Amino acid sequence: MSNLKQANISPEHRNYLRQVKREKILIRLTQLFILIAAFSLWEIFASLKIVDPFITSQPSRILSTISNLYEQGVLFKHIGITCLETIVGFILGTTTGTLIAIILWWSEFLSKVSEPYLVILNSLPKIALGPVFIVWIGAGPAAIIVMTLAISLIITILEVLSGFIAVDQEKIKLVQTFGGTKFQVLTKVLLPASFPTIINALKINVGLSWVGVIVGEFLVSRAGLGYLIVYGGQVFKLDLVMTSVIILGIAAALMYQGVVYLERLLVKNKI
Amino acid sequence: MKYVVNVHNIGMKYQSLNGEINALEKINFSVRDGEFVSIVGPSGCGKSTLLSIISGLLPPTSGTILLNGEKVTGTSNKIGYMLQKDHLFDWRTIFQNVMLGLEIRKAVTPEAKERAFQLLKTYGLYDFRNKYPNQLSGGMRQRAALIRTLVTDPQILLLDEAFSALDYQTRLAVNEDIYSIIKKEKKTAILVTHDIAESISMADRVIVLSKRPGTVKNIYEISLSCDNRTPLCSREAPEFRAYFQNIWKELDVHV
Repeated sequence: MSNLKQANISPEHRNYLRQVKREKILIRLTQLFILIAAFSLWEIFASLKIVDPFITSQPSRILSTISNLYEQGVLFKHIGITCLETIVGFILGTTTGTLIAIILWWSEFLSKVSEPYLVILNSLPKIALGPVFIVWIGAGPAAIIVMTLAISLIITILEVLSGFIAVDQEKIKLVQTFGGTKFQVLTKVLLPASFPTIINALKINVGLSWVGVIVGEFLVSRAGLGYLIVYGGQVFKLDLVMTSVIILGIAAALMYQGVVYLERLLVKNKI
Repeated sequence: MKYVVNVHNIGMKYQSLNGEINALEKINFSVRDGEFVSIVGPSGCGKSTLLSIISGLLPPTSGTILLNGEKVTGTSNKIGYMLQKDHLFDWRTIFQNVMLGLEIRKAVTPEAKERAFQLLKTYGLYDFRNKYPNQLSGGMRQRAALIRTLVTDPQILLLDEAFSALDYQTRLAVNEDIYSIIKKEKKTAILVTHDIAESISMADRVIVLSKRPGTVKNIYEISLSCDNRTPLCSREAPEFRAYFQNIWKELDVHV
């Protein structure tokens, strides 16, 4: 259907394509430039003592902190613990949330009963529950994962449920005209139709899971990036804080990209 | 004459907090085997409700529906339902969409697949079987939706405003298309529509419903002088206008 693949492209079209490509390259170059410029200025200002590297840290110190951590053999331990907690919390939050959304869709009665509770739990800053979890579950990875769950669960339920409700009633009727059961409505229409909503919930959850884990680690842990940040702050080692924040940023971005990649993989054949 | 559908004293009331809506009252008519019946009526007269009741999706407040002499209590394999839009699922290929009804009825067999392929071939969609719905034109999508219904081999087709989502030209073409398919497959059909011309052009009989509460106002036997009856040829028959005028008056439309 498209004539993009035809060999004889008109000169206007070729020009257009070239221009699009040029603009794309320009955007990437500018992005790269900003990154390099920011880090260079940071390095130079810190070296010239225009800013105090004790307070702002500086890129070269961050690199040496990373290599120090690596030599002590703890770098990947901290990254690994935090990533593991996040992934476990993320998966638990998404699956439990979707499951509860299915139950609430199934039973209108339960859905109506739970509505005010969901509203209150959704508006409550879940971080306030942190001390409660620590007392109940004990200071450890379990409490951190529960914290993560608490932050992402309610929003997942609400997101997925609203996705279910937005599904065209006529599509459900279609399944019913073939004599479909409620379970078939769920598997043949609701879940596939709200797939984009579920993916969106995943994207939100990636961010929320990191928040949950870092807050959890601030409160209880003895390892992980959140712990390094709090510890670094307490002993005034800003190098450690900055290093951890940067590693955290990279890890979170990678995980988000993972979800985007997953989405593409699953939606790819539908265009 | 053999009747496949008997609609007997059907009444329907909807309950709501604001009161009761009397949608249908004492509806009586029968449909013969192989007949094409249209039901026209002003909007909100309960036409679609009536179709849902006939299909067994919606239990009526009063009255009974007989299907081949048996009382309808729930959805039946004998009935194929076509909705206003094609409702092909975007995430399924045309073939997978066509197989939906069979999957739901757990009736996917090699023979059923073969029948689906045969129908796709007969109606020119075989080459598109692995495409997704958004790659097809409106008319093709409607045809795929019809095949999805036909592959379950229903005896009676219920068409609920099945063409109203299409633009006028496509609609005429799809009318033609679906009509010939239904006749070729020798199905009994009940079409609900608010389009008077469409109802006359396709049907052997037109049932006119009144405003809410819907009751049968009149039933017209349509006999048109055209050799090989198709919806387009019907529209050109000399009697067409008279039927149109009568039904138009009957509907008593006020703006």
